[in-house]
Amino acid sequence: MRHGAPWGWVALFFLGAYHGINPGMGWLFAVALGIQEKSAQAVIRSIAPIALGHAIAIGVVVLLAGLVQIVLPLHYVKIAVAGALVTLGLYRIVRSRHFRWGGMQMGFRELTIWSFLMASAHGAGLMVLPVVLGLTSAPMPAGHDMHGSNPPDLLTGILATLVHTLGYLTLTAVVALVVYQKLGLTVLRKAWFNLDLLWAVALIATGAFALAI
Amino acid sequence: MALWRPDPTFYPSPKMAMQAPAEKLAFIALLNPNNTGKPDALAVVDVGPESSGYGHIVGQVDMPHPGDELHHFGWNACSACLCPYASHPHVERRYLIVPGIRSSRIHIVDTKPDPRRPQIVKVIEPETLAARAGYTSPHTIHCGPEGIFASALGATNGDGPGGIFVIDHDSFDVLGKWELDRGSQYLSYDFWWHLGLDTVITSEWGTPNMVQNGVNPEILLKGGYGHKVHIWDLRKRRHLQELDLGAEYQMALELRPAHDPTRAYGFLGVVVSLKDLSASIWVWHRTDGDWGVKKVIEIPAEPTDPEKLPPLLQGFKAVPPLITDINLSLDDRFLYVSCFGTGEFLQYDVSDPFHPKKTGSVHLGGIVRRAAHPKQPKKPLNGAPQMVEVSRDGRRIYFTNSLYAPWDAQFYPEGIQSWMVKLNTHPRGGMELDPKFFVDFGDLRGHQVHLEGGDASSDSYCYA
Repeated sequence: MRHGAPWGWVALFFLGAYHGINPGMGWLFAVALGIQEKSAQAVIRSIAPIALGHAIAIGVVVLLAGLVQIVLPLHYVKIAVAGALVTLGLYRIVRSRHFRWGGMQMGFRELTIWSFLMASAHGAGLMVLPVVLGLTSAPMPAGHDMHGSNPPDLLTGILATLVHTLGYLTLTAVVALVVYQKLGLTVLRKAWFNLDLLWAVALIATGAFALAI
Repeated sequence: MALWRPDPTFYPSPKMAMQAPAEKLAFIALLNPNNTGKPDALAVVDVGPESSGYGHIVGQVDMPHPGDELHHFGWNACSACLCPYASHPHVERRYLIVPGIRSSRIHIVDTKPDPRRPQIVKVIEPETLAARAGYTSPHTIHCGPEGIFASALGATNGDGPGGIFVIDHDSFDVLGKWELDRGSQYLSYDFWWHLGLDTVITSEWGTPNMVQNGVNPEILLKGGYGHKVHIWDLRKRRHLQELDLGAEYQMALELRPAHDPTRAYGFLGVVVSLKDLSASIWVWHRTDGDWGVKKVIEIPAEPTDPEKLPPLLQGFKAVPPLITDINLSLDDRFLYVSCFGTGEFLQYDVSDPFHPKKTGSVHLGGIVRRAAHPKQPKKPLNGAPQMVEVSRDGRRIYFTNSLYAPWDAQFYPEGIQSWMVKLNTHPRGGMELDPKFFVDFGDLRGHQVHLEGGDASSDSYCYA
């Protein structure tokens, strides 16, 4: 594996945290299920499948990008990713179709699927990809072949997914528990900013970033 | 356009919604019962006690065509937008979805920027509804977590089955029929849900052909109007179970599930029993995973001199109470019941849903009683308590006095003079008419009332 620049790993963690802080991405669902069962245990119990679903959504995209790199030079992959990000971002600004899947009575498996779909519908994996590509395309240690694109690196991909999910899980768990135990749901009325708009901007920004690295 | 912060009228739980500021305006569906070629309208009534216009119509928007028979209506978005699995809290509560039960036309009315001057921004034509959903006579509107849900009385030929269809809350396009498997359900009327349980409840009146020419005594005496409620899986859109009250109980209409999403029960109003003309309230409930239904209130008919009765009722020598609407306060504590026959309006404490306690009663209008309002104590009123709305804090009640034009004519053949009144309630039970509030609708008839910002029949919640 290649280590890349430390800022890449930090960025992955913070992107995870950013995904985690969005109420629509998971923590609010954990709080709702806690309220439904009147137990903090239920909040904690539901965070695991929600984090797992998110991790799968990220991992699948990272893996797919890795596979594409086998047949396509990294440069083209970056252009494709940038194009997809900007398109998705613009689409979400112009026409924000609302996610519709799920209900209040969901077990572990369905919560995992819900979280996977929710993250995928928001392009969470795509948003992470430029940073992952940045890590895998970091200069090789001296003595290695420097020309041509680097082969995909499975271990870096897995680690990137884990670091991102750690950021996501940390924020999801902290926010869910603080809201459930201390703040209460009135916080929703004041502090639920339209992250979808910000999200769309973030998609476009990371798209531009993908071209820059 | 999406908002930057959640619409301030959205509340996560019914408890929080009870803290909402008092409403200043009410919207009322107005029906033109006379064949004068004039259209129905949506009126705006000032309900702010401090306002100079208090108790007066301060705005009105006419429908584009005559003959709609406006009936029920609802908001494009509400507190259900905060539900965690499909949240979209930055949609605005702004548009009223106003269907015509006779024309099958659906009007989208914008209440901004000036709620006193609402404007029609889109009309869904009956052909579009028929082509997209296969339904006709749209009735109840509820804003749900996934869009706008509406019930319809019948299929395009005016018979059954009636059912539910969905409207997109951004584009207001009819998305299609909701049911994937309707099981034994054929008749349709009201619907609502237990969002916490992913469960839908529907009730039964009759198909358009069974109701649009008035109560058909032949169908009624055979027990042919609706007497069942149906339980559905909200996610799978499948029929799960039917609860049959028995054919004696005719017209199982209004459904008021507990607002607390963790409570698995609700109240159903039944218009009339064929056995003794009584009306009844039932509770549906889930016990050990299975749904059941139980009668918890029975209101008897009042024996009367037949000469005082309209032809339809003379043979019975009694005034039936006719429960035509009910409403439940947001704390699930008080149930309000309209008796369109006897002219009584009742309040019950339903803290224990299986053992309601009567806590208040007011008489106004009525087929025989003709009770007057304190503002004009000598003027007998006709029509009777009908569509009832409860403010979010539960302290104010509003109701109007007309039912449905072809049926009004059978119970009040002289023609209903329509009005809207307000009651103030006491936190521990009891209520009285506000002597200053009496709206006279003139040539038009008031039907459903909705309050600015939401009320006890407009919103549903995913959090207890």
